[in-house]
Amino acid sequence: MNAITGAYDWLTTGANWRGEQGVWHRLAEHLYFSGVCLAVACLIALPLALWLGHIGKGGALAVNISNVGRAVPTLALLILLTLTPLGEHGDAPTLIALVLFAVPPLLTNAYLGMREVDRAVVEAARGMGMSGGQLFARVELPLAYPLVMTGVRSAGVQVVATATLAAMAGEGGLGRIITAGFNLQNTPQVVAGAVLVALLALLVEGVLVLAGRLFDPMRRSGGAAR
Amino acid sequence: MAERNCLVTNDWICGEYVRSRSQELTDATLQHIGITLASVAIGLAVSLPLALLARRWRFLSGPVLGVTTVLYSVPSLAMFSLLLPFFGLSVSLVVTGLVLYSLTVLVRNILAGLQAVPDEAREAAKGMGYGPLRLLWEVELPLALPALLAGVRITTVSTVALTTVGAIVDYGGLGTLILDGLDTTFKAQVLTASALCVLLAVVADLLLLGLQRLLTPWTRVHRIRTNRADRGPAVAKVAEPA
Repeated sequence: MNAITGAYDWLTTGANWRGEQGVWHRLAEHLYFSGVCLAVACLIALPLALWLGHIGKGGALAVNISNVGRAVPTLALLILLTLTPLGEHGDAPTLIALVLFAVPPLLTNAYLGMREVDRAVVEAARGMGMSGGQLFARVELPLAYPLVMTGVRSAGVQVVATATLAAMAGEGGLGRIITAGFNLQNTPQVVAGAVLVALLALLVEGVLVLAGRLFDPMRRSGGAAR
Repeated sequence: MAERNCLVTNDWICGEYVRSRSQELTDATLQHIGITLASVAIGLAVSLPLALLARRWRFLSGPVLGVTTVLYSVPSLAMFSLLLPFFGLSVSLVVTGLVLYSLTVLVRNILAGLQAVPDEAREAAKGMGYGPLRLLWEVELPLALPALLAGVRITTVSTVALTTVGAIVDYGGLGTLILDGLDTTFKAQVLTASALCVLLAVVADLLLLGLQRLLTPWTRVHRIRTNRADRGPAVAKVAEPA
């Protein structure tokens, strides 16, 4: 398969990594888009989902938003936003689309995590005289934590994937290497770009899994729960 | 007169566009439906044996679920690009990519459905002299059907959305019109094709919901009687490919 050796050659050519169109610059753009948007999406979605889960309301919204997110094509939203007046403000369409697609997995998982906390445990905590805040911080949040982190992981993968598609709407990021390869009919470059994007997505997922384990509030209690 | 002008003024909503390009829209929609149907059908045909293998031999279930989960994390543009050397610029490239995505949810759901078959039902069928094939076809698969169809619904909706990315190789159904509309800054084309795409996903979901009710009438009775929570949320925890 000469496309694969070609892709290897492309990746080992130093010139392809340097400069404005180079891998390092595209990777930096990709990480910048992904990092900022994941952080913003977490700041919007997590407090809302945890609060809704705590008071036990808005379940239909939290669950259905994922179904809506699934039905809306990422590419369509990216291109629609690019054609609105927002498109004149550089990265704005990409950043907004990235945040919008990161919110549903965060919201749904965090909400479900809160709701799936054993009601008996919650009742017991109330019986011990815990206030709403104490109940939330000491009981509900630690127990909901695994699902909250599942949501963060899904959102992270989603954000990396959406940032790749942004290249089709004319934005930067690693996807640009792929789209440029298609325009040049340069299959080795397309494959090389795809390998980089796939590796980045798997790496981000791996890092988020590790981070989730590292900050697990239940870990200190001997890890018997795992 | 005002209607004619909307093409010139490049409005978002333009009746004249829909009228004058109805053929183009129909072709794109049909291609979109064709790609989705083929992908989900092949995905089902591949994931059923995979799920059966994973159930028959425990040591296979880890690798099967692991590989399909990893595939799910690969961004769609990268997935299609990685298939380029094998398929070239063809519709099979898009269908193969979508099939690979569909495996995660389908294998998981079929496996969960099969594992949830009560042992009593299995024992009773064996006691009545059912062979393994008849047991699978007449007892286990029907009982696993709700989980299977739930998986098909999720897969179909995300496949409709993901098909648009096939525009990169010119086989994206409505996605091709959307990408084309970006190059020509044709707002009506982008909005109409995007709206049709969402509509397609909603219609497909409702049709499958109807099919689910038709094929598994017992689930409704069961739910009312035992008031057991819907199975939906358990599946919603999986990430979406984009």
